[in-house]
Amino acid sequence: MKKESSYWVFMVHRVSGIALAAFLPLHFWVLGNALQLDSFLAWTEQPLVKLGEWAIVLALAAHLGGGLRVLALEFLPWRDWQKGLAAAAAALALAVGLALALAL
Amino acid sequence: MLWIAQRASAAVLALCVAVHLATVIYAVQGGLSAAEILARTRGNAAGFAFYSLFVLAVTVHAPIGLRSVLIEWLGWRGRSRDLFLLIFAAALAWMGMRAAVGVFA
Repeated sequence: MKKESSYWVFMVHRVSGIALAAFLPLHFWVLGNALQLDSFLAWTEQPLVKLGEWAIVLALAAHLGGGLRVLALEFLPWRDWQKGLAAAAAALALAVGLALALAL
Repeated sequence: MLWIAQRASAAVLALCVAVHLATVIYAVQGGLSAAEILARTRGNAAGFAFYSLFVLAVTVHAPIGLRSVLIEWLGWRGRSRDLFLLIFAAALAWMGMRAAVGVFA
């Protein structure tokens, strides 16, 4: 069954939100132990961890894009922008993902 | 009430996340070291204020978002769910502020 693009944007928004909610306590815990940061940063040099970092930043960007879309749909009067906003959200997420991939 | 809180916190987070993403992308260039990060952040009052607001907005936003997921995907209703979400919110607030203090204070 072919799903609407808005369904996929919803799913990406939801799954990225769950991933961020799971990641945040770990993120805060590590930062709270700031003095032991170097041993942790050494651990993050592993390729799989780098991939995980990239994925969570992509999830954050995707959730931001999807959230901006929701706010625009709910608070702006026009509706024909749905597909354009979905595309813009995806483009923003990809742009941030690429930028981080280049920076890492 | 929850609907408004979720949208209001989303609006704050949109700004916070955009700034955070730009900071992350800028900061990771050339690798990271604890000393390098802390030298820039320690005693930075504006950074502390910004990330305190970020933590507050996340503390509101994440549990309300999870609430929808728990209801729609797990069918979890009632007081046990709300108690779980309250504990999650309290943990986020405490750990988030501990992190902000650890990095900026």
